[in-house]
Amino acid sequence: MKRYLTIFCFFALLITAWQWAYAQKFWSPVLVPSPESVGRYLWEAALDGSLAEATLVTLKRLLAGYFIGICVGLPVGLLTARFRFLQDTLGLLALGLQGLPSVCWVPLALLWFGQTEAAMLFVVVMGTVWSVVLATETGVRNVNPLYVRAARTMGSRWLHIWLYVIMPASLPFIVSGMKQGWAFAWRSLMAAEIFVTILTGFGLGHLLHYGRELHAMEQVIGIMFVLVLLGLLADKLLFSPWEKWLHHRWGTNKA
Amino acid sequence: MTIQEETTALAPAKLAIDRVSKSFTTGRGTLQALEQVSLKVAEGEFVCLLGPSGCGKSTLLNLVAGLEMPDTGSVTADGRAVRHPGRERMMMFQESALFPWLDTIGNVMFALKLKPGLKRAERHEAARYYLKLVGLEKFMHSNIHELSGGMKQRVALARALAPNPRVLLMDEPFAALDAMTREQLYGDLQRIWEQRHVTILFVTHNVREAVSLGDRVVLFSPHPGRICEEFKINLPRPRDINSVDVAGYATRITKALKGMLQAEGATP
Repeated sequence: MKRYLTIFCFFALLITAWQWAYAQKFWSPVLVPSPESVGRYLWEAALDGSLAEATLVTLKRLLAGYFIGICVGLPVGLLTARFRFLQDTLGLLALGLQGLPSVCWVPLALLWFGQTEAAMLFVVVMGTVWSVVLATETGVRNVNPLYVRAARTMGSRWLHIWLYVIMPASLPFIVSGMKQGWAFAWRSLMAAEIFVTILTGFGLGHLLHYGRELHAMEQVIGIMFVLVLLGLLADKLLFSPWEKWLHHRWGTNKA
Repeated sequence: MTIQEETTALAPAKLAIDRVSKSFTTGRGTLQALEQVSLKVAEGEFVCLLGPSGCGKSTLLNLVAGLEMPDTGSVTADGRAVRHPGRERMMMFQESALFPWLDTIGNVMFALKLKPGLKRAERHEAARYYLKLVGLEKFMHSNIHELSGGMKQRVALARALAPNPRVLLMDEPFAALDAMTREQLYGDLQRIWEQRHVTILFVTHNVREAVSLGDRVVLFSPHPGRICEEFKINLPRPRDINSVDVAGYATRITKALKGMLQAEGATP
């Protein structure tokens, strides 16, 4: 309860400070709109459905790309961990491409796929997949070999060892890799939506972009607010339960 | 298969290790871990393998477990050559090697899940039986990190016993524990051994531990690993590690160990 109160007070203070700065007219109201006007924008956008629609479009792209990224990244990571040849080839490629800021995929995707959903998807997949590959590989390499030996004496064999020993043993690494993959996918999708206008769907990134073009600062800030909220929500819903379970089971982080 | 059969001890197996050699190639050359080692272990016998580190006693255990293959020679259990690991020969390690992603009973059930013909309820019941045997039934839903070192080794023992093996291979299982916990576990192990009567190969470098547990203590010498002497321990059980009789044997064995190491030092 006390923690919630702290959180509430902190944000109340933040908004009060913002309101105060607005009232003092340090800056033009075009650059610093009032909290109230941002709230009004969000309210209207929520009422006319444009906000919900944009959120839905963005989340659909994000989840589809993220899902594909994991489905590809996980097995590739397992393979690069298992075979030296693949580690030296695909693994190195993954390491290199993971270091590439995912925005850099946007020009390439545009030329390859044009202004289409495929371009969006491609950028998100590229943002996700390399992190997942590397995290899985690291996780598998860090599995205590004693676990595998113990499992073998208990009659565990190839596939069983991979599914019931190596995968669960590397879960802490895999989950943090998935989290990182999510963050990269999210960033790359926003970059793509801001840069690329496509007619098949208006995402949050587009709303942000048009906010700028129309000099509607309350829209820009309002959408940023929604983006932050979605990020927090994803963390709490998608990753927190996993991480809590891991900490509980493994006994890491007693907090 | 019924739960009764599952928890009834099978006849222990006899082991025969015949002129086994094993070497490892490392960065610094070839290491002869075992050279022409022969050892016979009777059904239900408790044999301790004693020696300084690097004398190949753990290697021998791995060979009997089927985790590694000998270069030459043969390892047989009940007359059948050991070619791969099997549930009838279970192994315990210095670290508990329990799986942190499973709870206590989940760990004990791991091997049971690999046993065909057991229903879920039966596995559960068998796992509980073995946890009870090591005195940890109350902790069956605990996470592994919540257990103390001694409790972890007890769970590891329950896990090793659960598939109802006929041979138990123990690689310095108590070496990382404090003295008090260790003494408790000596008592537990002897009690369980009398009850289950499995054949046990127990690797240690602690002379008193070897004397208070084994029917026989086999002394290994290093570089290359060879058996240099055997001691039959004729003491009634349960034995107390602090008793005078144990100390008597331990003194003799320690003397032999020292003599061996001095000879080793003279001819490096």
